[in-house]
Formats: sequence, structure tokens, C-alpha cells
Amino acid sequence: MKRSFLLYFLITFIGVLFIGRLFQLQIIRGANYDPIHNSAVKTVYDYPERGYIYDRNGTLLVANQLSYDVMVQPNKVLPLDTLEFCKLLKIDKKQFLKKIKRAEKYATYKPSVFLKQLAKEDFAFLQEKLQKFKGFFIQKRIIREYPINAAANVLGYIGEVNENLAKNNEYYQQGELIGKDGVERQYEEYLRGKKGKKFLNLNRFNTVTGAYLKGKFDTLPKNGKDLTLTLDVKLQVYAQKLMTGKRGGIVAIEPSTGEILALVTAPSYDPNMLVGRKRSKNSVLLFNDTISKPSYDRGLLATYAPGSPFKMMNALIGLQENVINEQTSFKCYNGFKYGKRANEFMGCHCGIIGRPIQLKTAIAKSCNSYFSHTYKRIVEKNNNPSQGLDHWHKHVSSFGLGNYLGYDLPAGQKGLIPNGNYYDSRYKYSWNGSTNISNAIGQGEILTTPIQLANFTAAIANKGHFYTPHILKEVDQNPIDNPKYTIAKKTTIDKKHFSPLIEAMHEVFKTGTGKWSQVEGIEICGKTGTVENFVKINGKKTQLTDHSILVAFAPKKNPKIALAIFVENGGYGSEIAAPISSLLIEKYLTGIISEKNNYREQRILNLSLEKNYAQLN
Amino acid sequence: MRQEQNNIFAGIDWLLVFLFLSLVSFGWVNIYAASRTSEDLDLLNFSTKHGKQFVFICFTIPLIVLILFFNSKFYEKLSSLFYVISIASLIGLFAFGKTINGATSWYNFGAMGLQPSEFVKTFTALAIAKLLSDRKYNLRLTKNQIKAFIIIFTPAFLIILQPDAGSALIYLAFFLVLHREGLTLNYILFGALIVLLFVFIILFGYISISICLIILITIGLLYAIYRGGKRFIRFNWHKVLMIYLVALLFTFGTNFTYNSIFKQHHRDRFEVLLGMKKDTKNIGYNSHQSELTISSGSWTGKGFLKGDITKGNFVPEQHTDYIFSTVGEEWGFLGSSFVILLFMLMLYRIIYLAETHANKFGRIYGYGVAAILFFHIVINLGMVIGLMPTVGIPLPFFSYGGSSLWGFTILLFIFIRLDAHKNYDW
Repeated sequence: MKRSFLLYFLITFIGVLFIGRLFQLQIIRGANYDPIHNSAVKTVYDYPERGYIYDRNGTLLVANQLSYDVMVQPNKVLPLDTLEFCKLLKIDKKQFLKKIKRAEKYATYKPSVFLKQLAKEDFAFLQEKLQKFKGFFIQKRIIREYPINAAANVLGYIGEVNENLAKNNEYYQQGELIGKDGVERQYEEYLRGKKGKKFLNLNRFNTVTGAYLKGKFDTLPKNGKDLTLTLDVKLQVYAQKLMTGKRGGIVAIEPSTGEILALVTAPSYDPNMLVGRKRSKNSVLLFNDTISKPSYDRGLLATYAPGSPFKMMNALIGLQENVINEQTSFKCYNGFKYGKRANEFMGCHCGIIGRPIQLKTAIAKSCNSYFSHTYKRIVEKNNNPSQGLDHWHKHVSSFGLGNYLGYDLPAGQKGLIPNGNYYDSRYKYSWNGSTNISNAIGQGEILTTPIQLANFTAAIANKGHFYTPHILKEVDQNPIDNPKYTIAKKTTIDKKHFSPLIEAMHEVFKTGTGKWSQVEGIEICGKTGTVENFVKINGKKTQLTDHSILVAFAPKKNPKIALAIFVENGGYGSEIAAPISSLLIEKYLTGIISEKNNYREQRILNLSLEKNYAQLN
Repeated sequence: MRQEQNNIFAGIDWLLVFLFLSLVSFGWVNIYAASRTSEDLDLLNFSTKHGKQFVFICFTIPLIVLILFFNSKFYEKLSSLFYVISIASLIGLFAFGKTINGATSWYNFGAMGLQPSEFVKTFTALAIAKLLSDRKYNLRLTKNQIKAFIIIFTPAFLIILQPDAGSALIYLAFFLVLHREGLTLNYILFGALIVLLFVFIILFGYISISICLIILITIGLLYAIYRGGKRFIRFNWHKVLMIYLVALLFTFGTNFTYNSIFKQHHRDRFEVLLGMKKDTKNIGYNSHQSELTISSGSWTGKGFLKGDITKGNFVPEQHTDYIFSTVGEEWGFLGSSFVILLFMLMLYRIIYLAETHANKFGRIYGYGVAAILFFHIVINLGMVIGLMPTVGIPLPFFSYGGSSLWGFTILLFIFIRLDAHKNYDW
């Protein structure tokens, strides 16, 4: 008997093992059963309509249009009357053969596009006629449509999902569309909706034999959500118009909410260029232009030295750190001598020589010496430059400079705000407030993007707090409730220090560098800037025409708009950036440009800087 | 001393008959599900697989009556003759056989084909039973062991030549019978060790396994020296050398066989099974589809004729070797476990009955039946549920096919016949 135990044991062992394996397969794996992985089931997707995009006033910015492609599946094509067919599609025989060949090269058993984007009037006519040509059919597709040529950089575009994502993401299949940039990318999940799925039974020959489990797993498509942006498209279009012939960026923010009113990059492009038949040709044009870079959003990505507007930052820190007050005065002798050597001298154009200058005048006249003194005092407070600069860095950072702002668009740059460590490692601990005196006037190492500077201006307009700039206002008519954008962020500067500064900024437009850009009836507060910039041409460091910069907000009481304007190589801030800002403010607040200021509008519209850029190319 | 009754059904073990009928009929139900097409709903259309299988099943009835008609003595006496005829039929294949799927394993009789290997195992079992039941026969003697091995391996060898390695593999089942009758367990353990080593060599490469073996043998030797002292070294050094040599020869030999004698499709099967290759499209397709099909069944399955993967014909050979995947899909975990339990019950019952035989011939034959069925079930189900490499052999009583159904019917009912008479004097 004993020897029969072996077989008894083996039978029991195998029985238990096999039933255990069945449990693993059918119960544990079976629990996650998804018909998508079932080879006997074909999944057919039903695509929802992508959400529309509106501006803050309800103007339609992005809509959908139907597009009709003629498709061909080469293995189903029967001999046909080529002449008649070509006449029908308005192509010649050579094109016909070329297109057929291309389709065959792709796959003979799969449909591919034969002729893209028929005109709507051709579609109705062709649909009937095409019946008799086996293997050809018309496929309807939804593509984007832009009623207004504006804000291509903000809206972004949609395109076919890349292979990698299609493989790794459960939602997307190859050939499907996805938001590639801007709002289309940022809010893809709102816009795309949810595609419906239909499961069909298949046999081994991939022939559909009916609905899978009577449609138990099938789902209906859910349309995408409509988005309302914070943009004011009238302002946006106007700003784009003013920037024609110039390079640079404009960012306008509503200080009381952080809503982005306009986000302009110049040069830009018509969003309709990236739709439909002309798309591939145009995208080469846009994305390969490395010189004027129309696809590069200067408002978000370009980092410039902020120049004179940054003096206000130093003023605020000086007041907060109590190294200056409103009455503190410094004298200027055509500049500031910060070292013993002759070249250790920073020039100044304020024109007030040897007389005491106070804060208000210093800002109005943009006195370099005044802020050099202030900056030096801030850094050398307590005789510890590293610690002093760290304090300075902390204040600057609280305005959102030197790091990603956290706005809801997919492009961004950190910029650069140095701290104590930065110079400690560079100068091996032997440095002081004079070493990087350029920081006093917003040059030197400091780099900011236009949107950061616009936000900085909004924080001043709000006297010490800001709302993170954002582009999304409503989703399907419901206001956003993301606390990231609805809760104010406080800066480290006390509210009381802002009033003298705002007075000084007002002075800029009354008597200072912006006085030629006043608008009657609107109290504009701002600060111009002129930033030196250099480029290497043939290995030689060459100084180019300065960047023209301006930050401003208006009206002084209860500000409605804060903006930052950069015009590359535009010269003095007062020459180009200031009139642009006053035009934008007037347009936004009053809706029109008064007759009196028409000459200003004309001057800016007719001004082209192309000759300045030509030396760069 | 009772006389044999004239009633041929007297003394029959009805439990086994019941299990046989259950498996055959449930098998047919699943063949119907697997081979049915939507155009052809006729149950008994004889051009379809399920129609043909129905005919095959009907033919088992006269076959069973015929088997039961003969006296037990008849099978014992003629077992040698049957065996010789079997071998002759296998040899005859090389002259008159028909080649299907690259293997010459069929005789063609008009519309019908017969696969002798499905019957030969029955007669080999009879021959082994005859040999071992001899009173003078002692399995401890090497000479006798060799006799048994010749009986077993002659048909196995002829089947390998067809080539049909899967069917030949079944003959290893007889080692379980030999073990029951006194053969030392070492053969089976040695075999298991070889298989294990083989798997390890494929998995980890022959060099690392050689090194491991050398280390293990050295540790064993050091232990032996520690226990045996100087005497050990003086007398056994040549044996020691031999052990190393054999171990190395084996690993290198396996590596050579695997890489140079095996065909790529053999290697692929092993590698897919051992998880070294992920492949759901080509060689791994069958197993992958089979596992998917079974997985989709969940607890209770999708119901009879509602298995969409079965209906879509995604699992190749689903009516024959992969019939169990239909059970998994349409009857779920409960149904497929139930089938396994039926098979286990049948095996237990056969062994239990065999052990009650006073007659050695009956007992050994019974044991042979259990071992053959067991091997078939393990290899077939193991393949279908993805635990074993792809080896195409049918699931007893279940899979489509006349030869295999009749072969297993004869195998089982000869035992039922012997069992019915176990209490009579032959």
C-alpha cells in the first residue's frame, strides 16, 4: 500500500496546483477584466466635440469646424475610370497615381487620407458620386476654427498625439488629437471631454459579428467643457496691432484678481495657420524660424534684465529694511562712484547735479546714484553682505520674481534673482554692496520675464499683495475656485511703504520720463526703463540698441490694469514702451483712443524696428 | 470459488462508467461550443467537428460491449500478441503512414484516419502488467529492469521518430508503475533532478550552473572526507574525478543539445514558458490567447455558447488540445475546477480499485491506466493554463478526435473488465 501513496500524492498535488492556477487566472486576473484587452472585441470610439473657448466678454475665440477627407483603402479599390475620378476630385492623373502609391506604402488594408479637407460645397456633391468608386469614402473630422486672429500664443493648438504618449497613456490612441500648447494643452482634460466607447464582437478574421454583451460596457461620449478665458480680446488684438514691426512682449493683468487681460508676443502668427490643409507647410515656417521666433512666447519665456522698473523694488526694500525713508536724500554727480578706480563709476542721466535727491524725485527722474546708495545700504546693513543680500532676495522673491509664478500656461521661465550664496561661491566671500552695484538699477545678474514684471506691478498697485496671474476664468460658465488663483499672496513689504512709491510712479507720468505719454483724465502710474544689451557679432561684444521697457498701472485709485511692456531694441523706455502703455490703458479704460492721442497711435503703428533687428540676423 | 456470470455487465464499477460518461458528454458540449459557427446550427451535421465527435462517441458503445464481452484471461493471455501487433503498427507507419502537420502518425482509411500511438499505450500497459505479474520476476535485478525498459521505450522511440515527442513523453508514466512494483525511487528522483538542472541551465546559463555544481560537489566531497578521513581519498579519487566529469559533461551536453539539436521553435517554447521572452503574438500566441480566454470566464463563466473568444476562434486547436479553455471561458472557475475534480476522482477511484485486486496483473494494469491518464491530464491542462510548455497531446475523453477517444475508452474499459472479475478465479 505504501508505494501507492506517491501517485495519490502527485494527483492531489497537481489537482490543488491547477485549481489554484485557475483561481489566479479567473478570479484574481478576471476581476480586472476589461473588454479592451479581449482580442475578440473591437473597440470603436465615438469622439465628442471639443470645448469652445471664449474671452472674458463672451467673444468666441476658438470653435470647431467639420472637415471632410477623402479616404482610400487600397485593397478594396476596384478598377475605375481614372479620368472621371480625377475630374471629380479636381486633380490630375499624375497626382492620382502619386496619392495611390503613398496610400499603398502606408498599408493596403488600412484606410488612409487620400485628399485632405474638401471644401464644404464639394462634400455634398462628392458623397453621392463617390459611392461607385469602391475603396474610397469620405471621413468627417472635427478641426479647430479661430474666428479672430488673436492670441495664438495663449490658445495653443491641437495636433496628433505623439507615439510615446499614445503607448503609455490609457486614454489616447494613435492618431487622436491632443492639445499641444497654450490653453489647449493646459486644459486638455476639460476641453477634450470623454470619448464614448463601443465594443463589438470580432472573429478571427476581424469581421464584426455584433455588439459585445449587448452593449453592456458601451459608453456615450461626453462633450468637452467650454472655457472662458480672462483675456480681453479687444485689448489683445489692439496690443498685437501696436506691436507690429517690433519684437517683444506685453502682459496686462487685472490687479484685483490676477486675471491676465492680454498676453502678447511679437511677432506672432494667425492661429488659423495651424489648421487643416496648410498646416504642415506653415508649421515648418513657424517652428523653424529661429530668428524672429514667432512660436516663442516672449511674454512668458523671454528673460530680460528688468532695468529701471526694478529701482522701485530697491526703494521698497530700502523702506522696509529701514535704511532709507521718504526724506532720505542722496546727491548725484552725473553718476555714482562705487570704487577707487576710475572705471568703477556708474553714470546717471537724471540731470540733477550736486543737489539732494529724495525718493519721489529719484524715481521720477530715474536717478541711478540714488538707488546705488540704497542698494549698498540694504546689502551692507549689519556689515554682512551675504546676509544683507539674502534679506533682499527674500523680499524680491515675495513678489514672485526669480521663480515660476505658477500661472496656468504650460510655458515659463524662472528668471534669476541672486542671493548671498550666489556671490559667496562666485567671489569666495570677498564681496560687498558695491561688487554688484548694477543690481541697484535692475541690470547685472537680475533676469525677469514680462509676466513676472507685470505681476510685480500688480502687487504695487494692490499695495503689497497679488493674485497669481491666470488665464482661465470660467469652466462651462462656472467661475474657477482653485485657491491657487483666488487667494491673495502677501509680499513682505508693509502696505504703508507703497503710498510714497505710487506717488512717485504717478510723478513719472506727470513730470518724469513718461510725461509725453500722459492721457487726459486718467492717472497713470508707471516707470520707464531702458536696458542695455550686448550680443556677440563675429566674436566681438557689440552693444545693441537698448530694450525699451515700461511697467504701469491705472487708474491710480482703484487700479484696473497693470502691465509690463518689453520692446526689444526699442531704445528709451519713454520713446516706445511708454506711448504703447498709455494707448493700451486708454483703450482698455475708455474703449477708444481720443482724437488728441491719434497722432500717438499713428506713430506707434507706423514705427517699425526691422532695421534694428536686421543687424542681428 | 464463484463462476463467472454470463451477464457482461456484472461486477462493473458504475462510478467509473459514470465518470467516463460525464467527461465524454461534457467534452462534447464544449467541442460543440468551440466548433459551432453561426451559419451551421445543426447539431448532427457530420461535416462539422461536433457532428463527427458525436459519431465517434456513438461508436464507443459497441467498442465497450466488445471489450466487456471478453474474459479477463483473454487480455492477459493475448497481451504479448497485442504488444507485438502494436509495435508492428508503429513500424508500418513509416511505410504506409500519412503525414499530417509534419508527423507521420496516421493510417488513412478512406475518410477516416487512425492514429496507432493512441492505442499502443494501452497495449504497452498490458505488456508491462504481464511482465511484472510473473511470479519469478524481480524488479531489483538489473536484467529485469532492462526488460521492462525495452518494453516501454521501444514504442516511445518509434513515436519519437514520427516525430511526435508529446505522445512519446507519456511513456515516462510507466516509471510510476515500475516504482509501485518495487523499482527504486532513484530513477524518478534522478529524472526529476535532470529536468530541474535542464531548466536551471536554460534560465541561468550553463557556465554559472557548472560553477554551482562544482562548488556543490566539492562541498559534498569535503564533507565526505571529513567523515571518511584519509581512507576516502586513497580509494576513491578516480570516482571523485568521474563525478566532476559527469557533472560538467551533463551541463555542457545540455547546453549543446539545447542550442544545436533543439529547433528554434522548441527553444522559444521553453523561453516563453520560463518568462525569459515576452511574446503574445507568435510562439506565445496560443498560450497567451488560452490564458486570456480562461481569465475572461471569472467565477461562473459567460454561459454555454456565450464565450465570445471561443466564438471568434481566437484560440487555435480549441476543439482538440485547447478544449479546456472553452470550459474556462463558458463555465468559469466553478466549471473548470469541477472538471479537474472529476478527473481527480476518476484517478483516485482507479488506484483505489487497482489496490484491491488480488491478482497482480489487474493491479499493475490499473496502475498503468492511472499513470497514463495522469500524465495526459498534467501535460495537457498544464499547457492550457500556462504552467507547462506547449506539448500537443489531447485531454482524455474531452478533446476532439476518434483515435484518442477510442484509445482512452479501450484503456479504461479493459481495466473495468479486469476489475469486474477481480473476485473470480481466472
